[in-house]
Amino acid sequence: MAVKGKTAKAHRVGEVVSASTAAFQVHCHKLYEAPPLGSLIRCGTDGSLVYGVVANILTESLDPSRKPIARGADEDSEEAVYRSNPQLTRLLATRFDAVAVGFQDSGGLHRYLAPLPPRVHSFAYRCDEGEAREFTESLEPIAVLLGAPIASQDEVVAAFLRLASRAHPDPQAFLVRAGKELAVQLIGQSQRLNAILRRLSR
Amino acid sequence: MTEDGMPDFKGSAWRGLVIGGSLTDGVDVRLDPDASVEDIKVGTLVAIEGERMRFLGQVTDVSLASADRTLGAAPPDVSDPFIARVVSGTTAYGTIKVAPRLVLSKEVGIAAEGPQPAKTVPAHFSRVAQASGGDVELVFGKEDKHHFWIGNPLDMETKLCLDIHKFVERSNGVFGKSGTGKTFLTRLLLAGILQSGAAVNLVFDMHSEYGWAGYAEGGKEVKGLKQLFGSKVAVFSLDEESSKRRGISPDYVVRIGYEEIEPQDIQVLRGALGLSDPAADATYSLQRKFGRKAWLRELLSLEPEALSGLADELNVVQGAMATLQRRLARLERFGFMDPASTHDSVAHILDYLGRGMHVVLEFGGYGRDTLAYVLVANLLTRRIYERYAEMKERALSERAAEPTPLVITIEEAHRFLQSGVAEQTIFATIARELRKYNVTLLVVDQRPSSIDTEVMSQLGTKLVCLLDDERDVDAVLTGTSGASKLKSVLASLDSKQQALLFGHAVPMPVEIRTRDYGTPDSYLSLGHLDPAERKARIERDIAGLFGPREG
Ligand SMILES: Nc1ncnc2c1ncn2[C@@H]1O[C@H](COP(=O)(O)OP(=O)(O)OP(=O)(O)O)[C@@H](O)[C@H]1O
Ligand SMILES: [Mg+2]
Repeated sequence: MAVKGKTAKAHRVGEVVSASTAAFQVHCHKLYEAPPLGSLIRCGTDGSLVYGVVANILTESLDPSRKPIARGADEDSEEAVYRSNPQLTRLLATRFDAVAVGFQDSGGLHRYLAPLPPRVHSFAYRCDEGEAREFTESLEPIAVLLGAPIASQDEVVAAFLRLASRAHPDPQAFLVRAGKELAVQLIGQSQRLNAILRRLSR
Repeated sequence: MTEDGMPDFKGSAWRGLVIGGSLTDGVDVRLDPDASVEDIKVGTLVAIEGERMRFLGQVTDVSLASADRTLGAAPPDVSDPFIARVVSGTTAYGTIKVAPRLVLSKEVGIAAEGPQPAKTVPAHFSRVAQASGGDVELVFGKEDKHHFWIGNPLDMETKLCLDIHKFVERSNGVFGKSGTGKTFLTRLLLAGILQSGAAVNLVFDMHSEYGWAGYAEGGKEVKGLKQLFGSKVAVFSLDEESSKRRGISPDYVVRIGYEEIEPQDIQVLRGALGLSDPAADATYSLQRKFGRKAWLRELLSLEPEALSGLADELNVVQGAMATLQRRLARLERFGFMDPASTHDSVAHILDYLGRGMHVVLEFGGYGRDTLAYVLVANLLTRRIYERYAEMKERALSERAAEPTPLVITIEEAHRFLQSGVAEQTIFATIARELRKYNVTLLVVDQRPSSIDTEVMSQLGTKLVCLLDDERDVDAVLTGTSGASKLKSVLASLDSKQQALLFGHAVPMPVEIRTRDYGTPDSYLSLGHLDPAERKARIERDIAGLFGPREG
């Protein structure tokens, strides 16, 4: 996968602030500008790229000891709150957790866990449609996501597949193919399968 | 075709994988997710790509399986088309059972040996698909003078051919309940035999539907053999009146002299005439007394008093003698019976057959009378068979030419081949002796269970249309290996124009849709062109050459 030139600032979303082989957290460079749930992202540079799927997004106070308080009692709108308190954008931070789903090394693209986690402060980028399509040519990431150490695996899988389908020339065909893979992975868990399929259906 | 000359799987509408099974029970195949069970019918020919061999087999069962035991508790919402597409083939998938029949070695060179019976099963996860046209041609042969196109394998365009030379080597049977297409199929078989030159046909045409014309459903007339093959076919008639009414002038009108009837001919009619054993046996005593030629005429002419005197003289119970006379008097009613002279219709038939012609004997109105049908067919066949036996033996001792193989077709064959009757008729002998004297049978019947089991087991190739009655199904399958698997195939036949072929002349059992018969195209494919059509064609050709006519 050619990633040269795609490390442009425009695609950059933030940088890694903590990482394990299975998941990592990215601190977004801009408040509230996390890629949507289920997006495919990549971090690191050529030679050691790790791919992740956005699994949980949170915005909170930068300083855990200082909780945000309500400030809008006298304001007309939410924007007005921020306008009147410009310091807020610096006191708050948006972070997201990403599930590691693959990596690229000199041997090519692999859709399973990387041998080493990404480094802290490595930049994270949003993958464009071409990359997303190539990454989801094979549906192995589904198995990784279904077993990922996160809270709402099924929501993440559904979101990931919905987004990825848009990168394919025939989104419906992609979803059917993915659905069949889910059906195989979730044998014996028909309730879970049905729930995900309903999320993919429209 | 792939490089090694083996047909590939590209043409198949579906595919699957071998997941288990055995040679006796058949191989279990899981269908690929995109295959629908609804596309696959029992009886379909299947190819399995094993590691070293390619297997050919037949689908004997189709079933639905579910990979998930929780499915019942939480069934997917299949009213949603997306969900329906996803679960079909995955959570819920189709499986088929395939009976492996033949193997084709994949090694080049060995393939030339041709198909061998399957003695093992393909390995796990061998790929499975519908057999290709190439497979069918490899196994059943390509259409040529000796391979007659008899129909098409289920759901395939490829012509399925029957090796006619192999076919006429043994006696054969066409079975199926009424209206399933036995007569149409038989007519095709006769055409095939005729075209191959492998044998000459003698048809006892009970319902007068083979010679000049037959009838399709709805009363539409279809051509008989004479219309298609003209000078190669002679139509003999037992009922000149009926033939004339249908506008046919028969090549010969068969008559039978009283003098030609022998006690043996009466034995066969015991059931039809309701004769007791003593009554039937009295015919032999009569023959001894009056001679071979005169006994019947004498018996029928006796006054009651003379009759009882004769009974005493011959040591026959009086009642039995009287019954015999009364019952045999029924023969007098038959217009084809001639009290005065001998006709030797047998010589005429043999003369035509000897010239390589095919003889259809129409029964006309007598076809409705079992007595006439059984009497005539048995009488003629017995004489013809005797002559064939003589010819054959002469050929062996004097190195003379052998008689052309003869195939005798009988409809409603159980009338001759019922157990109890079979021993009396010549037909059972012919079936049993295989083709010792170059004569074989083509028996056509709708109640195979009433045919003597020994005779059934002697039949080489069976072509079976749908049968309802369990006993009939069992009867056609007795002595066939893998009968239980064929049973499911038989049960799945359409009620018309489909047949299961198995036995001597086919390398493996195969279900076919019988070749169409009765359309101008079908006649054309049999080499016949209507005069009107021929003229139209010539005009088209002329127009093609010189441009359309002016004006
Ligand atoms: N090969 C065929 N081509 C065209 N039509 C066929 C063919 N086979 C069967 N049919 C149709 O099915 C009908 C019944 O066929 P057929 O007369 O051969 O049945 P059968 O088994 O001989 O019946 P029966 O026992 O009453 O004599 C035919 O009239 C014809 O309409
Ligand atoms: Mg018929």
